[in-house]
Amino acid sequence: MAIEVKNIVKRFGSFAALDNVDLKVADGELLALLGPSGSGKTTLLRIIAGLDWPDSGEVAIDGENALSRGASERQVGFVFQHYALFRHMTVFENVAFGLRVQPRAIRKDEATIRARVKNLLDLVQLDWLANRYPSQLSGGQRQRIALARALAIEPRILLLDEPFGALDAKVRKELRQWLRSLHNEIHVTSIFVTHDQEEALEVANRVVVMDKGKIEQIGSPGDVYDNPATAFVHGFIGESIVLPVDVAGDAVRLDGRPLNIPALGAASGAAKLFVRRHDMAVGPAGTGALEGAIRHVRSFGPIQRAEVALSGSEGKTVIEIDAPRDRELQAGEIVSLQPRRYRIFAAQE
Amino acid sequence: MSMQTGLATSTTRLRSYAPATDVSVAAPAPRLEIARATPVTAHRNPRTEPGPVRFIIIALAITFLSVFVVLPLVVVFASAFSKGVVAYFAALAEPEALAAIKLTLLIAAISVTLNLVFGVVAAWAISKFEFAGKTFLITLIDLPFSVSPVISGLVYVLLFGAQGYFGPWLQAHDVHILFAVPGIALATIFVTFPFVARALIPLMQEQGTQEEEAAISLGASGLQTFFRVTLPNIKWGLLYGVLLCNARAMGEFGAVSVVSGHIRGETNTMPLLVEILYNEYQFVASFAIASLLAMLALITLVAKTILEQRLDEAEVPDGD
Repeated sequence: MAIEVKNIVKRFGSFAALDNVDLKVADGELLALLGPSGSGKTTLLRIIAGLDWPDSGEVAIDGENALSRGASERQVGFVFQHYALFRHMTVFENVAFGLRVQPRAIRKDEATIRARVKNLLDLVQLDWLANRYPSQLSGGQRQRIALARALAIEPRILLLDEPFGALDAKVRKELRQWLRSLHNEIHVTSIFVTHDQEEALEVANRVVVMDKGKIEQIGSPGDVYDNPATAFVHGFIGESIVLPVDVAGDAVRLDGRPLNIPALGAASGAAKLFVRRHDMAVGPAGTGALEGAIRHVRSFGPIQRAEVALSGSEGKTVIEIDAPRDRELQAGEIVSLQPRRYRIFAAQE
Repeated sequence: MSMQTGLATSTTRLRSYAPATDVSVAAPAPRLEIARATPVTAHRNPRTEPGPVRFIIIALAITFLSVFVVLPLVVVFASAFSKGVVAYFAALAEPEALAAIKLTLLIAAISVTLNLVFGVVAAWAISKFEFAGKTFLITLIDLPFSVSPVISGLVYVLLFGAQGYFGPWLQAHDVHILFAVPGIALATIFVTFPFVARALIPLMQEQGTQEEEAAISLGASGLQTFFRVTLPNIKWGLLYGVLLCNARAMGEFGAVSVVSGHIRGETNTMPLLVEILYNEYQFVASFAIASLLAMLALITLVAKTILEQRLDEAEVPDGD
């Protein structure tokens, strides 16, 4: 089902958790809400689920006004960061809960409920745990049961709040791939919240980057990584080198020295130059826009990571670059650096 | 606590001696030397006190408990049965005694039921919602614990007494609150209010609201959520609160004494009757009633211990 969120505003006291947020989610999409803590992503998810209410704005699920219905009537599957399994019920009863609380008129008979729960436990590959209690399960197992429980009500949409946040790194990686393939299998429109960029880029079809209650950029994982729309997105997603520069017309200056790179249409005034670590080409001294002395080199895998103290900054500005290992760099060497790809954003504040 | 530590350390001691003895018995002489050279006993648990100190501490604790708790309890039962079993049961079968027992049970039933409802509501409000004045409400719940029970009773005299705020109106409408069951119930409810709420608040705060949110998002109504999720999660804490509430409701003396009026066979609860009979030198009858209260205390203690174990299990997210 498609979801449409319009002009949502939500304040907690004087703090604007959501500041006029618009979002459209297409049917069958797997969307990530990505942002630092306090960016409003969880609040937005809870508003769509009906667990929180906006101060103003609209939420439509499949064209229907969702705000006129309570959470229990929206038929929305919600998966919590800390699982929120019913601790006094077995795994089986946890999954069956949504079916057992249905109004008598549409409630299925016991045999149908049992068959459906068994199917769901098979789907999450945990049918052998049916008679255990949540406390007897590992974190990864609990989250898969929580997902099965949410799917039991045949949700129109599936919402996951930091679903892997409480798990250790290895389990998290496994569950990511598993969620991806599960979504390919059942195709229910899903939104998941995360502060982990890698998770968002790896799992989602589309990524919504949020900061301070606003949406900064919506795009495919490749899009938000390669063409960040704002300084925040560039800094938040992937590792970036950030240098304070001045823009005058088409000239860009660092500490008063011209860099000989075009300003790419950035407005005149104070600005920030963003370059990915691996987009900084290293060459012999005197051939690039920037120059600096290598202070330290660490090599691992296909790259070498070098700390470079930029000349003309009295050694104060130190950046880290990733260079391929075709030529081993040496500490103490003076090199020139040329940004291959870069973005310039006007400095805020 | 001190006894437990003592027991635990003495077992460790035993264990640490064991390998040395085994070696000395089974092994030939050279290995005996090795065994001796290993300073097994030198690694003493730093928390272990020397034997005599442990003995004195444990003995002190046991003596204190015996003199101040066990001895009085024994005296209660000894005095109750001093004229024989027949006299004991005859004293309990007195109409006055039966009336007191009935009244006490009635008051306990009323106040426990109402405090069960109020306690759950208050705990629910405090642990699941954010609202202005929450801290004040928590303080208010504790008020009955910090006020002398006599004052608690006096409040109702000031409110409903002949010279009180509502006294004249009540008299005009022939409503009896003071020196009647409603007054005793009110005073008891006031004194026992904190027990259920206090038992539930920390438990419910720790459990948070996520399970309720999960239930609602799965389509459960408010009532279904309460009876299927919230109540099962708090049932042991609730029972614990009810148990303590009941014990206090049956045993309350001060507040009830002020509002009861001591009308024989009508407004005397068991604790009040114990005092009256004692003052009239009817020792067997007095201690017979007292022995019932003492037994209630013993049963409460056992039940409390069992419930505390269940509660520990409930707090570590666990099944039944």
